[in-house]
Amino acid sequence: MLDASEGYTTADGRKIGGVVMEMKNITLRFGGVKAITDISFDIREGEIRAIIGPNGAGKSSMLNVMSGFYVPQEGEVWFRGKPRPQMKPYEVARQGIARTFQNIALFEGMSVLDNVMTGRLTHMRTGMFSQALWKGRAEAEETANREIAEKIIDFLEIQAIRKTPVARLPYGLKKRVELARALAAEPKLLLLDEPMAGMNVEEKEDMSRFILDVNDEFGTTIALIEHDMGVVMDLSDRVVVMDYGKKIGDGTPDEVRNNQEVIDAYLGVEHD
Amino acid sequence: MAQTLTGAEGLRSIPALLHRNATKFGSKPAYREKEFGIWQTWTWEETAQEIEDLALGLLNLGVNEGDFIAVIGRNRPKLYWSIVAAQRVGAIPVPLYQDANAEEMAYVLGHCGARFVIAGDQEQVDKVIEIQDQLQQFEHMIYLDPRGLRKYDHTHLHQYSHVQDQGRAARDEFGAELARRSEKPDYDSTCVMLYTSGTTGKPKGVVLSNRNVIESARASSEFDGLSREEETLAYLPMAWVGDFIFSIGQAFWCGFCVNCPESPDTMMTDLREIGPTYYFAPPRVFETQLTNVMIRMEDAGAFKRKMFDHYMAHARKVGPAILDGKPVSAADRLKYRIGDLLVYGPLKNTLGFSRVRVGYTAGEAIGPEIFDFYRSLGINLKQLYGQTEATVFITAQPDGEVRSDTVGVPSPGVELKIADSGEVFYRSPGVFVEYYKNPESTADTKDAEGWVATGDAGFIEESTGHLRIIDRAKDVGKMASGALFAPKFVENKLKFYPNILEAVVFGAGRDTCTAFINIDLSAVGNWAERNNIAYASYQELAGHPHVLETIQSHVEEVNKSVAEDEMLSGCQVHRFVVLHKELDADDGELTRTRKVRRRIIEEKFADIIAALYDGSPRISTVTEVTYEDGRKGSIKATLEVRDAKVVSVVPQKVAAK
Repeated sequence: MLDASEGYTTADGRKIGGVVMEMKNITLRFGGVKAITDISFDIREGEIRAIIGPNGAGKSSMLNVMSGFYVPQEGEVWFRGKPRPQMKPYEVARQGIARTFQNIALFEGMSVLDNVMTGRLTHMRTGMFSQALWKGRAEAEETANREIAEKIIDFLEIQAIRKTPVARLPYGLKKRVELARALAAEPKLLLLDEPMAGMNVEEKEDMSRFILDVNDEFGTTIALIEHDMGVVMDLSDRVVVMDYGKKIGDGTPDEVRNNQEVIDAYLGVEHD
Repeated sequence: MAQTLTGAEGLRSIPALLHRNATKFGSKPAYREKEFGIWQTWTWEETAQEIEDLALGLLNLGVNEGDFIAVIGRNRPKLYWSIVAAQRVGAIPVPLYQDANAEEMAYVLGHCGARFVIAGDQEQVDKVIEIQDQLQQFEHMIYLDPRGLRKYDHTHLHQYSHVQDQGRAARDEFGAELARRSEKPDYDSTCVMLYTSGTTGKPKGVVLSNRNVIESARASSEFDGLSREEETLAYLPMAWVGDFIFSIGQAFWCGFCVNCPESPDTMMTDLREIGPTYYFAPPRVFETQLTNVMIRMEDAGAFKRKMFDHYMAHARKVGPAILDGKPVSAADRLKYRIGDLLVYGPLKNTLGFSRVRVGYTAGEAIGPEIFDFYRSLGINLKQLYGQTEATVFITAQPDGEVRSDTVGVPSPGVELKIADSGEVFYRSPGVFVEYYKNPESTADTKDAEGWVATGDAGFIEESTGHLRIIDRAKDVGKMASGALFAPKFVENKLKFYPNILEAVVFGAGRDTCTAFINIDLSAVGNWAERNNIAYASYQELAGHPHVLETIQSHVEEVNKSVAEDEMLSGCQVHRFVVLHKELDADDGELTRTRKVRRRIIEEKFADIIAALYDGSPRISTVTEVTYEDGRKGSIKATLEVRDAKVVSVVPQKVAAK
């Protein structure tokens, strides 16, 4: 079904393009503990790619490798057809990769709007001095960035809390603000670390709709981690399943669902 | 008069008024909408251009004269323009309630046979697509917000801006035709068709002519001295006649500016930013705002709270008198000035009422405390009484004659009469043409001489000439003892307590009255929070013994006040339950304008009503509920039935007031 260079067409008619990011035989160790063992998979342009697995399977470690926060001992991360050298997080962001965190990492004392504006930081070219003076290019730049931030606020339907300090928001909305900040960076690849964790059914449905809309409206490639199987199966085009740091399945939701190893991992079969 | 009744200066339609506004004061703002955090403005000239482009686009899509065009969505300038564009091409606009479910929408769209639908967003588009197989005449749908609609089949679906683009491109082809159609309508042509929400049976399509709309807009604008400088906030459903008159009728007649909120959730912020000079809200909105103020004051520091209480007490004493221009001592005036500086001014600013010159409430009775609260702050809040069939205005309160228990004197051009049954009848230039495709109902409501039955029972106060409404005429009944039964009278008294959101009183043909009560989640929830009372759900909070205790005390206070009324003292509530769910329009228990549907509630909760009358201390029940997306579920509950103290009334007693 998958061609190495070409894309494919999803069941609902979206065209999925070539490979954006490829993980090649990644192994990650913390001292003697192997968090990830020899995992390879790819992410294609325009798709929603999920990484699932039980607790402690190594999903978040994997995401941190993708975002450049962890450097694997073995293997390479290829981004847009080139092996990616070791990078600082801001360099990764400049490449067009944005992420959200499992435990919300917003600036609690700042308003929603200011938080979303921080997502524009990598796109700002004027220096601190000219921004402080608020003259010429700095002003024009902020206006342009504000416009993008406002479009995202509109898109995620958080206009009513635009000026509210983040600390006063309920959990579900904070998650949405975090997504807004990530989107403000206009990423090519969006990494979501358990976007639905701790949410009730209604909030999960809202978040799912936003993820689908983001993918549809901006054509953003999305990789997400989740342990709620139901949500993942509905959302994603392809799924990687991890268990104890190893990849035990990879394919469309249907393929994964019928994979015996995956069923065992989720239902809990004794490992030898 | 004779001249205006045939349309002054040839202003016989909304498009004619648009043309006048665009040529006479084209650079004045006509519509504003907050989008992307900024208020975007369209002048009358720009508005006329936008409407023309859309009208040409509609011609391009093949709209015929006399077609019905349904308009569904929240208040947005583009949807108001859609209404006027429809009028320009000789079609009849039909605004629909945006929160109607697919089934209700199917009935209305089928009834008028709409060929075109203009919808706000994906949610509305989805609803129409769901029911399109049931609609024979439906052909094309136009949408405003393209979000999520990219992948939809676009053979019959068009984006608003594309329709305008195509219209612009086809100006040479259709320009002459558009001019011809815009010139054509006379004073008796249909202006709009509005569906009544219907407390009984299916919605009825009320046909209003240009004469109805323009005469009503003219008379009411003159009554309150509305000018071109007014600012209003359009946030009430577009399908409701009030919004049509305020945001189109009066706005086009006077040429004032209509502001549309960014989203339904931002309404309060937007209200504050705009600071309307002319404001309309149902009592519910004023209640909610007051409840919020009180909740926030309870959370405020001791000093602020003291200052608030002190000056509010003074405002209640002299505020309404100052507003009515009655004599007030200089010392009191000075103290009121200081209060204005410290409390009233900032409070009005927070509420968005700093600039309100004329404010109206209607639709339901408003609690005297709530009404007086706003008046005492110096906000000129008044009551009016009207209905769709009258193009809103039947009576209204003139400045200086404002009271919470009347609905005012007949509006200009309106004649009133009270039938022997107590039912109020009226006749005016605003009286509707007919119910669409329903001659029987038309004949039932409007007689040959043009008198229309309101369906409300009331009387005219002899001393002041003000009309007082008691209740819906059909709800006014007799109890087993023969005493008068007017449920709304009691329900309103109950609803004036912030803790009570909704009440339904039963008692027709019975010995005693009983009641269902809905708690107000925000007020009671805040009380629970402050008193460390944990609750997991609405149901649990509603059943909490302390809550029941509080509600019981409210019911008993109401009984005391009901007992003072000679005619209605029999309507005291003997037993009540606090319901485990909020009455909801999605479940059919309320209308879309949130009026109680008694028959449906009586059928649905028959088991609870039985328990109210058989003396049992509690009742277990299962209730079906409909979620917002149309799925059904059910909730189980055991409800406590409480007895309330009643005041015994000596029949001969002369009411001492």
